[in-house]
Amino acid sequence: MTLTTAEKVSMANAAKVEFRGLRREFGATVALDGLDLTVQPGELLALLGPSGCGKTTALRLLAGFEHPDAGEVLVDGKDVTGVPAHRRDAGMVFQSYSLFPHLSALDNVAFGLRMRKVRNAERQARAAELLDLVGLADKGGSYPHQLSGGQQQRVALARALALRPRVLLLDEPLSALDAKVRLNLREEIRRLQQELGITTLFVTHDQEEALSMADRVAVMHAGRLEQCAAPAELYGRPATAFVAEFVGTMSRIPGQLDGKAVKVLGQLLPIDGTAPSSPEVDVLVRPEAVRVRADSAGQARVVATAFLGAAIRVTVRLADGTEVKADLPTHQAAALGAGAAVTVTLPERPVLVAERAG
Amino acid sequence: MARLNPSIRLSPSLRLKPSIRPWRGVILAFAALYFVVPLAASVVFTVDVPGQGLTADAYTEILGTEGFLSSLRLSLELAAVTIAVVLLLMVPAMVALRLSAPGLRPVVEVICSLPLVVPPIAFVAGIGTVLQWGPEYLSTTPLFQTFVALQNPTFPVVLVLAYVVMALPFVYRALDAGLRSIDVRTLVEAARSCGASWPQALVRAVLPNLRGALLNAAFLTLALVLGEFTVAQLLGFQPFAVWIVTVSGSQAQLSVAVSVLSLLVTWALLLALAAFGDRRAPSRTASQG
Repeated sequence: MTLTTAEKVSMANAAKVEFRGLRREFGATVALDGLDLTVQPGELLALLGPSGCGKTTALRLLAGFEHPDAGEVLVDGKDVTGVPAHRRDAGMVFQSYSLFPHLSALDNVAFGLRMRKVRNAERQARAAELLDLVGLADKGGSYPHQLSGGQQQRVALARALALRPRVLLLDEPLSALDAKVRLNLREEIRRLQQELGITTLFVTHDQEEALSMADRVAVMHAGRLEQCAAPAELYGRPATAFVAEFVGTMSRIPGQLDGKAVKVLGQLLPIDGTAPSSPEVDVLVRPEAVRVRADSAGQARVVATAFLGAAIRVTVRLADGTEVKADLPTHQAAALGAGAAVTVTLPERPVLVAERAG
Repeated sequence: MARLNPSIRLSPSLRLKPSIRPWRGVILAFAALYFVVPLAASVVFTVDVPGQGLTADAYTEILGTEGFLSSLRLSLELAAVTIAVVLLLMVPAMVALRLSAPGLRPVVEVICSLPLVVPPIAFVAGIGTVLQWGPEYLSTTPLFQTFVALQNPTFPVVLVLAYVVMALPFVYRALDAGLRSIDVRTLVEAARSCGASWPQALVRAVLPNLRGALLNAAFLTLALVLGEFTVAQLLGFQPFAVWIVTVSGSQAQLSVAVSVLSLLVTWALLLALAAFGDRRAPSRTASQG
């Protein structure tokens, strides 16, 4: 678990991965509808999206398990679309436990080396090194069924790294694990990835996972890329309404366009980004940006409160029936029970607007 | 045969309640009577010769009797080749079916079950017709030699072909059960991403985890071939089962002794295969968390 071990197994050169106009259909469903995406060398890029958005298909196209109907996959500028999966130089960790049940942890890690005809002594040494790297130096002799889920995924990670792949592919590797193990392993994957400097694609439907681990997050929807940006930008300046609502919690408050500003909740706020064409819009606000004040003359009513620890999430119904979520510090929200009359305001900052939904 | 499938173990909740216990004894006794009495009668018949008292002559004579060794060897050879052919045919086919055409599974299942529905007598009548018609029709072509080779009495390939078809239902079921218990797709893909080609992925990642299923398929095929009579007899070959019937006409005690012996031999073979299967096979009492 030291840097020297990591250096020994470190990757020679990180690869740049490009998807160009990828299209893939399964019968009537379009899994990928023209995906363009570039992954920079040494970067951890998370593919985030609801199930069925095509993120796993994109990963499997890069691994060589699927073939695109159109478009190409480039690794360091070379088209690998025709290269079979076992020559792609891509290590993969799967969602389900994928260790070979008949092999010990050490032999699982050494499997790829055996396929490459590495001498026995050498591959044992390297497999032991990799197990050490994922913190399982003492579990080399255990069989998969003797390991916990988290340990199995660590071994799978070591196995994926054994051939010094140019790209590491992680297909929801944490989704089968329980919450605490997931957090630990999340940090560990990130640490390893940074130490080794390996280009990594991480597929997940868990936005928290994506935002906390990735250098950049690519949000996908219906086979297309919605936005690819650093986590802070994605959260603060979502490019589309879909991204805004998929990443984090967003409330929609009806407003009216007024030139370069929008009239909402009795305030006139500047618009962030381009304005939609129709004057009737929804203003998109994060719960932490909404201010709620007890006001006996207020038109809005508290509908529900939920204790989140440091904050309380208050759901407020506005006079027109719209529900807005607001996160308030616990001491402020103490007085706001269900049914309390309140006033809702927004801070004097530019706001995101989207065409009015439905 | 309980040892054949180590993956099936009763969980504690399935253990019988004490109140059911007495019945177990009764049922066991009935089953024992049903199986043991005929066996014991056979053994007694072979060793207790009227007028001579107890003697093991019937057993010692077996080795010297004409046709014993040759027919037994033929049966074992047929079994070995049949197992090899049916597994080479079915394993890649069923893995491919699972990976790329799961929709075709019911079709294959029905086709593989057909030999259960077609009685061997009808099956062999069909084969016989083809074997008669073929050489006449093809007498001027090189295929004539093929028909001759098929029926070579020292190793009748036609019996292997017939047994492969007859073993299909058993092999299909055994392999299907094995394939259900593992995630073939993930194993293959994991192996592929570790640099294994298609054949390597199959041999190194899938087959070792099908060990139990392969052994089951092999057992069933072995038992089928060793005991098969109808097809071999009607096509005029003399493997072990046919030989037993042939000698039973002239030497009753000897033939029963051979039956008892063949039963023991089959048991011994099955136990040997089962022991071979248990060795090194990790137990599958999964403890995940």
